[in-house]
Amino acid sequence: MPFAFSPGAGLVPGRFRPLAEILVAILVLAVCASLVLGSAGTLAPLTTITSRPIRLDPAWLPYYALRTVLRMLAAMAASLLFTFIYGTLAAKSRRAEPVLIPLLDVLQSVPVLGYLSFTVLFFLHLFPGRVLGAELAAVFAIFTSQAWNMTFSFYQALRTVPHDLEEAARAFRFPAWQRFWRLEVPFAMPGLVWNMMMSMSGGWFFVVASEAITVGDRSIALPGIGSYVAVAIARQDLRAVGWAILAMTLVIIVYDQLLFRPLAAWADMFRVEQTAREPARAWFLQLLRRSLLVHGMVFPASLFLRWLLRARLLNPPPSSASRSGRSWLLDIVWYGAVLVALLWAGNVLVHFAAKELHWSDIETTFRLGFYTLLRVLILVVLASIIWVPLGVMIGLRPRLAEHVQPLAQFLAAFPANLLFPLAVFLILRWRLDPNLWLSPLMILGTQWYILFNVIAGATAYPTDLLEAASEFRFRGWQWWRRAVLPGIFPYFVTGAITASGGAWNASIVAETVSWGDRTLSAQGLGAYIARMTVAGDYPRIVLGVAVMSFFVVFFNRVLWRPLYALGERHFRLD
Amino acid sequence: MNASAPAEILLAAKGVRCEFPRPSGEPQIVLEDIHFTLATGEIVGLLGRSGCGKSTLLRIVTGLMRPTRGEILYRGKKIAGPTLGIAMVFQTFAIFPWLTVLENVKAGLVAERVPEREAARRAEEAIALIGLDGFENAYPRELSGGMRQRVGFARALVVGPEILVMDEPFSALDVLTGETLRSDLLDLWSEHRLGLHAILLVTHNIEEAVSLCDRILVMSSHPGRISTEIAVPLSHPRDRLSPEFRAIVEDIYARMMAGPAPQRSGKSTVGTVTLTSWLPVISATRIVGLTDTLNLVPFAGEAELSALAARLSLNVAGLFRVAEVARMLGFVEFHDATLRLTAAGRALADAGIRERNGVFAEHLLRAVPLAAFIHRVLEERPNHEAPRSRFLEELEDHLSPSEAEHTLTAVTNWGRYADIFSYDHRTRLFRLSSP
Repeated sequence: MPFAFSPGAGLVPGRFRPLAEILVAILVLAVCASLVLGSAGTLAPLTTITSRPIRLDPAWLPYYALRTVLRMLAAMAASLLFTFIYGTLAAKSRRAEPVLIPLLDVLQSVPVLGYLSFTVLFFLHLFPGRVLGAELAAVFAIFTSQAWNMTFSFYQALRTVPHDLEEAARAFRFPAWQRFWRLEVPFAMPGLVWNMMMSMSGGWFFVVASEAITVGDRSIALPGIGSYVAVAIARQDLRAVGWAILAMTLVIIVYDQLLFRPLAAWADMFRVEQTAREPARAWFLQLLRRSLLVHGMVFPASLFLRWLLRARLLNPPPSSASRSGRSWLLDIVWYGAVLVALLWAGNVLVHFAAKELHWSDIETTFRLGFYTLLRVLILVVLASIIWVPLGVMIGLRPRLAEHVQPLAQFLAAFPANLLFPLAVFLILRWRLDPNLWLSPLMILGTQWYILFNVIAGATAYPTDLLEAASEFRFRGWQWWRRAVLPGIFPYFVTGAITASGGAWNASIVAETVSWGDRTLSAQGLGAYIARMTVAGDYPRIVLGVAVMSFFVVFFNRVLWRPLYALGERHFRLD
Repeated sequence: MNASAPAEILLAAKGVRCEFPRPSGEPQIVLEDIHFTLATGEIVGLLGRSGCGKSTLLRIVTGLMRPTRGEILYRGKKIAGPTLGIAMVFQTFAIFPWLTVLENVKAGLVAERVPEREAARRAEEAIALIGLDGFENAYPRELSGGMRQRVGFARALVVGPEILVMDEPFSALDVLTGETLRSDLLDLWSEHRLGLHAILLVTHNIEEAVSLCDRILVMSSHPGRISTEIAVPLSHPRDRLSPEFRAIVEDIYARMMAGPAPQRSGKSTVGTVTLTSWLPVISATRIVGLTDTLNLVPFAGEAELSALAARLSLNVAGLFRVAEVARMLGFVEFHDATLRLTAAGRALADAGIRERNGVFAEHLLRAVPLAAFIHRVLEERPNHEAPRSRFLEELEDHLSPSEAEHTLTAVTNWGRYADIFSYDHRTRLFRLSSP
């Protein structure tokens, strides 16, 4: 990003500090080496996967972890590119907006693993006989778990660029390219980085789930932590599962320290509020900023970026008219084309589905969807009953919150599917009912969103209100109901939305789990989709995914959006 | 000043009219029939109350907006978009928080594709000129408000404009900082070091206009028109306490007050409020506070606006808006630049806390038809309830959505204070207060 290291942008190297410089040099070399090592495998023929199966020797785990991380990075890069293009188009084009935004809303509701079964075939056909096709399919699955909320955040930011800054950019005749990088992207940056972090924590779950998949008669296991666990499950090796959990833990910690903390600290300078405040701390960013070595490496890059800023790409002449020159004829043509495309797509879908599906299938999926809905609802309520009081208790004690908050964020990022084998092992051991006991797995990974949002809310709760509450002797339930709960309500809703969305997504892997040759299944739409995927029954996969999307959209409209609006209207404290 | 060179017309506004579309069809006229010129060597002020369209006019001059009719000529050529010879300073500074001072100042030059080396040199010069030396690498959030506005000035000057256009540039600063910046600017201008040929300033502050400008164009509201032009034949530096200066200030006060009160509905005649008149959101407690203050000792029922403003730590424009509503309700009267409490106003000020709502209600129902209308509708309905939208839609036939929103918010506040009806924000229902 051009503004990152432009001279004067805070990159004033300090004195030469040999230890720090050596550390930086080692890190840089390590990153370069792992990029080469990790990407080398992706161009190999597909047969290498079958000829070199996943090994459970823990010595291989660092390599598998590297492959997993690279997939994650590739997906994030793709998500960013998508975000910039799609978000800009939606925000700037009067015609594209009414098509792109509802589309994004739908895409967001489709269960991520639902895409996978289709895209694997598509990408394999794209690069026949190469690992690259399978890699792209996995990357695409992660991409679909990351891109949508980032795009929404960017689009929202573009729509809310402060009016005076926008006018200044026009008054000083910024060309569109300069305006994009100097005004729009910086303004969107804090929200975008926050959403990238959220996407990343969700992403680990899907990267693990998408590495080893079986669609119909094709089984693919890409080298990675996910495949490692899949093999461990097949061989009932509990020790290997333990190693994988350890490796994943380390990967997430390193990722957080080397990538996201620096990124969050860096994004802090793009805040629009003009108040000075203690900047977020990140040791790695400090190290980079003070390093002469980095300064030397970045200098040519910054020259290039400055040149890029002055380059006039995509440059319509600046004009004073806002959205002028509308022509109704073009409008008619455009919306006509959109309508035709919609009808065509609907037609294809109906023909595809109608051949094999019966009304009974629809009835079945809705019934199963209802079971899953019931699970999600009960689990969100249960998780709230547990985590809201605890979160408030923690959040009101700043010392404790400081330590618990990073832990909660870590737990939210940790792919809960790595823990599934342990749960299955226990269910089998004690002969428990899978319909009941598989359910908690759905929310195992996403309940933490409720916890850390509530902690954040309680931390931000104004002290004077707390003092007033104790002054007027608010006790017990009155204290919760009148003082605290309304104050944290918007935070809670944000957390609960994420948790319930995650639970729907997780249902596809959580309602059907196996251990060795034993498979446990619960009644639900997630298990249905998983079963049809293994069977390669495409019409029923489509049906299952569509019904699940319908449930998610319906749920959002009927429950979460009104709650969110209520929170925004009545319970905002700023 | 700058009388040495023969004056040349730099900028000319010809019959500028500006309308904003309204859903009801009939557009809202913001500016009408604006004619003025700006010549070399002049500082011209556009003076008016908030909402009179002066900022809109400024945006038309800079090419940020297009007029509905008429045109602005810069050196004889019609302005069609932001123009190189005209640079702008913003009320809110509008500097980019993620760029350093130097990068902010350079941004305009980068847009004009000035080579990097030259851009850096010119930016350094502008920064030195405006007194920001040593802050090149600071971020805006590290600076005080006055320093931030200096960045705004440097950024405007660095592109080498002929005309500097300023939109209330000192109003977001505290009094002392604003004064320093104003006099620094005036010094640089007098010494011809800004490279400028003329300055156009928008302000609502009468003293500021008189202390800076050679000519003042006084604007009236709804629609915005230039009502008077006043020359300020005083030499710089101007003494604010001199009788000549005071005389001009008082003259402008009197002229601005002679203008119509804030009514803007097409149906209304000047001086009376109709059902669909636009009303400003001024809380009832401020109106009562004004009558209280007027009733107290130094004033004893009568005060000059400027003295009262100083007493209440308000700017005159702010006080004026409160006073106009108080006049509309019949609590005060204007006599030139003095404000006098009426008998009703005295009754309101003397009343105890419980009786106040009664006095206020009586005048509200009499003076504001919308309040009376809401009251009547609530009385007529069997359950004594009515949704907010019932009245909002009525207003939107005559006002823009934001104006309608404002007006209803204002009347809701007054009606609640007067205890003639209550309003539930959650259900959006008006309810008659128990009779």
